[in-house]
Amino acid sequence: MTQPPAPDRHYLNVNYGVRSWLLTVDHKRIALLYLGSVTLFFMIGGIFAMLVRLELLTPEGDLMQAETYNKMFTMHGIAMVFFFLLPAIPAVLGNFLVPMMIGAKDLAFPRLNLLSWYLYMIGALFTIWAIVAGGVDTGWTFYTPYSTAWSNTNVVPVALGIFVAGFSSILTGLNFIVTIHKMRAPGLTWFRLPLFIWAHYATSIIMILGTPVLAITIVLVALERIFHFGFFDPALGGDPVLFQHFFWFYSHPAVYIMILPAMGVISELVACYSRKRIFGYSFVAFSSLAIALVGFLVWGHHMFVSGQSVYAALVFSILSFLVAIPSAVKVFNWTATLYKGRISFETPMLYVFGFIGLFTVGGLTGLFLAALGLDVHVHDTYFIVAHFHYIMVGGTIMAYLGGLHFWWPKISGRLYPEWWGRLSAGVIFVGFNLTFFPQFILGYLGMPRRYHVYPEEFQVLNVMSSAGASILGFGYLIPLVYMIWSMRYGKPAPANPWSAAGLEWTTPSPPPTENFPVTPVVTEEAYAYDLPARRLPEGTHV
Amino acid sequence: MSEAVSRVAHHFDDAAQQKDAATLGMWVFLVTEILFFGGLFLAYVVYRTSFPEAWVEASHELDVTLGGINTAVLILSSLTMALAVQAAQLGRRKGLIVFLALTILLGGTFLGIKAVEYHHKVVEHHVPGASFQFHGANARAVQIFFSIYFAMTGMHALHMVIGVGLLLNLMRQGLAGRFTPAWYTPVEMVGLYWHFVDIVWIFLFPLLYLVGRHG
Repeated sequence: MTQPPAPDRHYLNVNYGVRSWLLTVDHKRIALLYLGSVTLFFMIGGIFAMLVRLELLTPEGDLMQAETYNKMFTMHGIAMVFFFLLPAIPAVLGNFLVPMMIGAKDLAFPRLNLLSWYLYMIGALFTIWAIVAGGVDTGWTFYTPYSTAWSNTNVVPVALGIFVAGFSSILTGLNFIVTIHKMRAPGLTWFRLPLFIWAHYATSIIMILGTPVLAITIVLVALERIFHFGFFDPALGGDPVLFQHFFWFYSHPAVYIMILPAMGVISELVACYSRKRIFGYSFVAFSSLAIALVGFLVWGHHMFVSGQSVYAALVFSILSFLVAIPSAVKVFNWTATLYKGRISFETPMLYVFGFIGLFTVGGLTGLFLAALGLDVHVHDTYFIVAHFHYIMVGGTIMAYLGGLHFWWPKISGRLYPEWWGRLSAGVIFVGFNLTFFPQFILGYLGMPRRYHVYPEEFQVLNVMSSAGASILGFGYLIPLVYMIWSMRYGKPAPANPWSAAGLEWTTPSPPPTENFPVTPVVTEEAYAYDLPARRLPEGTHV
Repeated sequence: MSEAVSRVAHHFDDAAQQKDAATLGMWVFLVTEILFFGGLFLAYVVYRTSFPEAWVEASHELDVTLGGINTAVLILSSLTMALAVQAAQLGRRKGLIVFLALTILLGGTFLGIKAVEYHHKVVEHHVPGASFQFHGANARAVQIFFSIYFAMTGMHALHMVIGVGLLLNLMRQGLAGRFTPAWYTPVEMVGLYWHFVDIVWIFLFPLLYLVGRHG
């Protein structure tokens, strides 16, 4: 297959200087701005995680006091959830790829896109300032009345930071929805769209429907904390459970903001490295929408022990089981895609296997938690902690790294070193499981979350977990080093190093600012890997 | 950005696509606004269901006359806004400026009357917090009513202030002759926003001012 030659002028060298980056409206450059920012927050969150695991190495509270420990896990959660996991895939890979995959020159509202990065940064600066000024200790959930009446840490600055960053999320979602509706290339019908686009469309729906509710919740918490307006504090006549309803109405769907784009990435990768059309395309596409919609109706499963009515809990339990169905549809369809495929084991594909395995464990343990009786037993234990880390870290971060490797040649114009890639994927997988699998057992044995001390009999499992965390942390450092290295010293990438289907691979690496010299016309369905042009010669390895 | 007539940004194929995108984007934004206010409406419903008597009692503390006048003012401003959009569509520059000015005037009137009402509440110690005073068995629940009253009307007033700012900006562009029948998208978009803020008030007025006043 002939490939366009590497261009002299592309989006990275079209102009230079700080101004050309900070005032850019090119979605690809904004994606890179986001890449830098979320990586910074990944490291901040990672440092707090290491401090938490370090404290839990021994049963006594010898490294820090309870109050300090509360701040550590709170700031770990806030940095990771609001400033890394939520924006990671949509704002980096989505920003870069949504216009490229649909044959557009940019997102529908380029200046809004830049504004969303600035909002993210303003929110991030508020949060960093609050961390430096002494931190916050409410847990990332900000439960009232502790957050509004009792905590004497920096609740308001952090809440304000999350509020502002939330608008960045809203604008990203709005931009994606309009872009996907109005900017598709000629011939690119809805059912020819890559599943990455379907996943981002579904994610955007959650962003625009959920995030405003978080925003108003934060406003109410701030009003109560600053002016003693009574909304949630029982001392003022309010209802703290109402806060939990508000909070989880956003924050449960927020989990799907993290996992749906990850699923989109996996669909692209699994098709490419199996050299097959994805099995059951329309089922995978609609399961994204189903997750987005049903995901809005399950928030009450966070409140089984919060005093909501048994009848409500029963309904939420059933709905939570239901949301597992579209997730399972995806897992089955990816597995079926592998069947009789020509599978190769490049780094991104290793992350795919990691994702499918870990997401399945995370999803299945989610069913344990949706079961009313069992949840009462494991609620607020390490079982929960292990479960959501399997989804968020084992799912989202695996897919994020897999996607970053897969599209790295397109983004940077350079190939990453394959051997190091495979090594780090392996280290991360091992480190992850060693960190979090023991936590399932700890939780089942009854170790509660959010305590800095624990009975001595839990030490062996905790040491395993802390050891795993250091392996995991090391594993994450390897790609950080070689990705930066490859930007300068990596082999120049051809336009389509994986012989992959998809419009983004028809344009040079790195792409020109306008993405496509000529607007492409789409004549084939997505993942047409059986076309002669994309069939690999016998015996070749990509 | 200085070309006067139909301005199509580089990433759009034509003016129609650009306008479609702007319109859809505005509607999606209004959906997020509905969810934003939706949280407040939910809190209202929960506490009104819990404290029905307190709600009646507290609602009688509000000034129906001023609230009613404000409702009329806002509905009138929606009319002038719609006429401004029509003037832009037909290319009547003078009409556009006049109707935008009227809309700004009416919006300002609303905010002024709202400020008078807020002032009354401060004087009567009906602002929740340390200075709150209310005599009666339901004082605590009445305080929640006023918390919600200030949150809802405050958020609404903030949207009005932003709306007036947007209208002033349209005036500036209109005076500079930026709008033509071929391109007046900003006028239409601000119009949608203005009508939305208006509709929010149409819900707020009966929910806050008219509780227990029927029959």
